[in-house]
Amino acid sequence: MKSVSLLLALGLGAAVFAATSCGGNPAPQTPTPNADSAAAAARARADSEAAAQAERDRQAREEADRVARQRQADSIAALARASEEVRTTLAAMIHFDLDKSNIRPGDAATLDQKVAILQANPQLRIRVGGHCDERGSDEYNLALGNRRAQSAKQYLVSHGIDAGRIETQSWGEEKPLVDGHDESAWSQNRRDEFEPISGGDNLRRP
Amino acid sequence: MAVSRLGGWTVRASVAAVLFLAVYPSNRLVAQDTSAIDRGVRIGIIYRPGVRPGLVMLPRTGQGLDSVRVMVARDLDYSDRFEVITLPGGDSIRLASTTGPRRSSAGGATATKGGTAGALNYPLYQALGADFALDITAAGDTTVATLHDIAAASVRRAVRVQLPRSSDPDFRQAVHRLADQTLQAAVGTPGIAATRILFVKDGKVYRIDQDGADQKLVSSTDRQAMSPAWGADGRHFAYMEFQAGKGWLYLQEMGSGKRTAVATTGSALDFTPAFSPDGQTMAFSRATEEGTDLYTINIKNNCCLRRLTVGRFSDNLSPTFSPDGQRIAFISTRPGLPQLYVMAADGTDQQLFAPFDYGVTGASNAPEWSPDGQSVAFHRDVAGTLQVFVLDVRTRTVRQLTSVGRNEDPTWAPDSRHLAFVSDRSGYRQLWIIDLDTGRIRPLLQQSGARLPAWSPRLSEATSSTP
Repeated sequence: MKSVSLLLALGLGAAVFAATSCGGNPAPQTPTPNADSAAAAARARADSEAAAQAERDRQAREEADRVARQRQADSIAALARASEEVRTTLAAMIHFDLDKSNIRPGDAATLDQKVAILQANPQLRIRVGGHCDERGSDEYNLALGNRRAQSAKQYLVSHGIDAGRIETQSWGEEKPLVDGHDESAWSQNRRDEFEPISGGDNLRRP
Repeated sequence: MAVSRLGGWTVRASVAAVLFLAVYPSNRLVAQDTSAIDRGVRIGIIYRPGVRPGLVMLPRTGQGLDSVRVMVARDLDYSDRFEVITLPGGDSIRLASTTGPRRSSAGGATATKGGTAGALNYPLYQALGADFALDITAAGDTTVATLHDIAAASVRRAVRVQLPRSSDPDFRQAVHRLADQTLQAAVGTPGIAATRILFVKDGKVYRIDQDGADQKLVSSTDRQAMSPAWGADGRHFAYMEFQAGKGWLYLQEMGSGKRTAVATTGSALDFTPAFSPDGQTMAFSRATEEGTDLYTINIKNNCCLRRLTVGRFSDNLSPTFSPDGQRIAFISTRPGLPQLYVMAADGTDQQLFAPFDYGVTGASNAPEWSPDGQSVAFHRDVAGTLQVFVLDVRTRTVRQLTSVGRNEDPTWAPDSRHLAFVSDRSGYRQLWIIDLDTGRIRPLLQQSGARLPAWSPRLSEATSSTP
């Protein structure tokens, strides 16, 4: 309403100016727009401007939505990437010397990463599987694989992870990672494997 | 690059090995078994040639008993209690006999009445080195195994049995029982022909006759199985199966295949089941957070779990009962490496069983107490590979039985003189049988990947039948 009366006032002002400025130079007779048509024009203009404004608003909103959606998608992708990365880190195996179950110094760092992941993801529960190479006794290797899984679990627990979040199992020499009968195969087969058993879908970076 | 370097290593290693052998030849010359398998190998065993009685199988034709004769002859050969004499030229020997072969083509009936005793050319067989002659004939639906005592020039015994049809699943075991009866008649001790061996291959449990025939799958799922063990009655066996990250122990009836989970199993990794001789108790290993320890459970009433060992910093596993049920031999890592220990069946009085030199003797595993109670067979790491050993229970001394290739997981035959074990001496891991008295070794299978054998007790008629 306010803008309409303003436009109306401007229109009247323009009409006054036109009347007063035709003094010496006889201006071509122009029909004085009547008040009704001026108002209609003003209304039409106002309408189209409002429509344009609404369109701009709508576009802005869409753009914002799109950006937001993109940002969300980006962040989901990033999260997924992070989750995948974390999962890979979590699955990194540790290895053992022949007939030994103590954690090698180099593998402590690997386990420290798992500690951080478990701390950053309190819903995560994991399983540690102990494995052996084919050289030892078949049945003794079940006990040795158990020791190897327990070693990793004890390390994680001693670094603050709740024992209830870590299951252990032993496969002895029954599931070799690498087929082969040399030290290269054996050293890869003497290992602990780590896998999430629950809460492992969206893992956060530590 | 890597390949050539590896090649270099191999060459260097073999040069080193050759040098080693060249420098220390005498130390390596330990009298042990060789890879020759047919001649019979003598290892750490005093072999008394000529002690075994000679046995000759009388050739017969046309009675439809060829497979029976072949099986019995093989069983008697595999018993390692005879020198089985094969007749060159078969029937020609009989034809050469002075009294002449009485062609009993009308049927074996007359041949079983002892009348043939006079017909046999005893001096000829004596000259061939035979102490016994075995004649297998048919009399109607009865099969008669007539054992002749050559020196006494008479019939020692005629064993009459009704064999099932050869298509009958019990046929082979019935023939094996006939062989055992014959052996008993000849040397006075029961045989091991009517026995079977359980083993694991590709994660499944199989059963096979001791002569290597009639192999059958007996584990009932696709889950990975290990450590089969026989009940003393021969009707049951137990084994471990991986399931959801745990080790489950199952009891199974050999005949029906019906299986039940052992009480309390499934909570941890349970493995290496062993039956007590009275069939009441099962001893087993259970791996938990504290390590691996031995437990017993009453399998008749499914109750009364009992922990026998407490080793927070050591593992205790692989129990085996003495045949009187009073003691359990087992493996413990309390000295660092796994070694052979023994305790009372209630877990008291735990002590070292097989002596070892600390820091020198390798890991010892997989013990099994012999059915006669006098020995415990096990395997031990010797210079990085496993070899079969036997502990003498009375003197607590050990002797090494094998030295060719890797040899492990020995299991006793019911005669306490044969052992089945796993060996890769032929290039791949499979089952072999050794006779401790003669040192003779034979392959049980010609299949790669067989392991963890368990030899049955003697199987009576009721236990061996298969529906």
